Amino acid sequence: MRKKVIEVENLVKRFGHFTANDNLTFEVYEGEIFGFLGANGAGKTTAIRILSGLSSPTSGKVKVAGFDSGKQAEKIKKNIGYMCQKFSLYEDLTVKENIMLYGGIYGLSRSQIAERTGILLDKLRFREYENKLISELPLGLRQKLSFSVAVLHEPKIVFLDEPTGGVDPITRRQFWEMIYETAASGITVFVTTHYMDEAEYCDRISIMNEGRIVALDTPGNLKKQYNVSSVEEVFIKIARPDASHPPAPSPGSG
Amino acid sequence: MKRFLGFVRKEFIHIFRDYRTLFILFGIPVAEILIFGFAISMDIKNAGVAFLDLSHDEITHKLSDKIISSGFFRKTEDLLSYNDIDKVLKKGHTKAVIIFEEDFGRNLIREGKASLSIIADGSEPNTATLITNYTTAIVNDFNMGLAGTQVSSALKIIPEVKMFYNPNLQSHFMFVPGVITLILILICALMTSVTITREKEFGTMEVLLVSPLRPVQIILGKVTPYFILSFINVLLILALAWFVFGLPVKGSLVLLLAETMLYILMSLSLGILISTVSSTMQQAIFISLIGLLLPTILLSGFIFPIENMPSVYDYVSLIVPPRYFIVIIKNIMIKGTGLMYIWKETLILAAMTTVFIAISIRKFKIRLE
Repeated sequence: MRKKVIEVENLVKRFGHFTANDNLTFEVYEGEIFGFLGANGAGKTTAIRILSGLSSPTSGKVKVAGFDSGKQAEKIKKNIGYMCQKFSLYEDLTVKENIMLYGGIYGLSRSQIAERTGILLDKLRFREYENKLISELPLGLRQKLSFSVAVLHEPKIVFLDEPTGGVDPITRRQFWEMIYETAASGITVFVTTHYMDEAEYCDRISIMNEGRIVALDTPGNLKKQYNVSSVEEVFIKIARPDASHPPAPSPGSG
Repeated sequence: MKRFLGFVRKEFIHIFRDYRTLFILFGIPVAEILIFGFAISMDIKNAGVAFLDLSHDEITHKLSDKIISSGFFRKTEDLLSYNDIDKVLKKGHTKAVIIFEEDFGRNLIREGKASLSIIADGSEPNTATLITNYTTAIVNDFNMGLAGTQVSSALKIIPEVKMFYNPNLQSHFMFVPGVITLILILICALMTSVTITREKEFGTMEVLLVSPLRPVQIILGKVTPYFILSFINVLLILALAWFVFGLPVKGSLVLLLAETMLYILMSLSLGILISTVSSTMQQAIFISLIGLLLPTILLSGFIFPIENMPSVYDYVSLIVPPRYFIVIIKNIMIKGTGLMYIWKETLILAAMTTVFIAISIRKFKIRLE
């Protein structure tokens, strides 16, 4: 049995009368790429915010990296990385300054930061950009850098909330290569997306609809179960069971 | 602590890399002091004065000659009656009218005193103060001369000063305390609220909140640079006031700086509070300007004396923090009083700071939900 790094039991999150997360129960294993799928407003972002400690659940049990989200939130913070929908580096700081800043915030020593910065810049072929302001970089490079910064402190889990929104297909491809490498090094990747082709790259996916998890398995098993050839078709069958010719879910943020 | 320092360093980079922020921080205070200072000229030369001599005797002639020959004044007209005063002042060339009462010379000799009135155009308060001060000085000088010569030393001309149009005249030194009060609350509250909402708007706040930095550290990290820079700003303004306009701090400089720190702290906590209730930078700017700039200018006593306001505004002004700081800073800078006279205001400011911080902490936590 593999080690569990995220355990969620009967998680409920309500905003007034609206239930954003309705009784979620799932587990994520170490080194896994776990995809969180759903249409806009299905509750993905709410769930990822609770897991990363930005929000607290109305009820239910959440354990991340072995720590309880209610009582040991500070310990969780040291063990996770986070990249949100919005771009999260400072545009008026240089590449190097951003890396220094986040390294410092996560308590890395000066020598550690210097060493990892070197490795990171070489890996991304970023040396020439080292002293450039972020605002001068194209979007694709920014996203890659943003991801690299999110895993700079070698967390146990990294949460990616719609990381590839608005990025061109080639960069998306490269981005997923980075995700694979990261997972291979033992870091668990928890990613939300509404690109169905990206879902195929995940080890396991869960599909959310109206606050509930309606399917959770490997992409292969789901396709077999619904007797279709792509995750996109699985998604359409689940999300719109009545529609005979359903339109594809529109991409957007959410 | 190392985490925190790295974060503070980043905030400094933000400030120094953005020339607009730098300009607001240092350009505006310096410009304001210089504009206020030079626009409100401290010298008069050849100011127009009219005379209404109801006595026409030897002494009034001597005295008016003395006033004219001083070099500060220029005679514009000789008036015939009280009715002309308003007319001549309204023309604008004449800044003041000097009136010798009937039988001025005779009164002076018989009764030992005579009265002279100065009616100044209060719509130009600074010129008016200067004119009356200078005239009074000249008259006093004339008194001394009289005492030394002819008659008994009890002789006295009593100058009586009246301001037309602006009876509660403000001193021309008032602008320095006023500008400090205004600049500090604007810079501290506006800049901190904007810098914090910027992080929210750009999404970087989420990343910071996920990180091991605690919310208190984030807020302190964002606020510390502004605390330091605002303090430098105050020193700069005081230095300018001293070197360019010769305005010294009469009271204790240490006390003044300590009170200033308290006021900066209050303004910063107000800025944090504004940032917790606004989600965009525009909102923060709007709240700061409408909620702080206007009340500070209108209700703090900076320009308009609170005593002259209808009592409703007087009560409203009680919740405007700059009102208290103006009292404090005027007392220390201009009157030279100590803590004895301003402990109440100090206490109120400290209480306000505490309340703002308490509400901010509560709000900040709620926002995390």
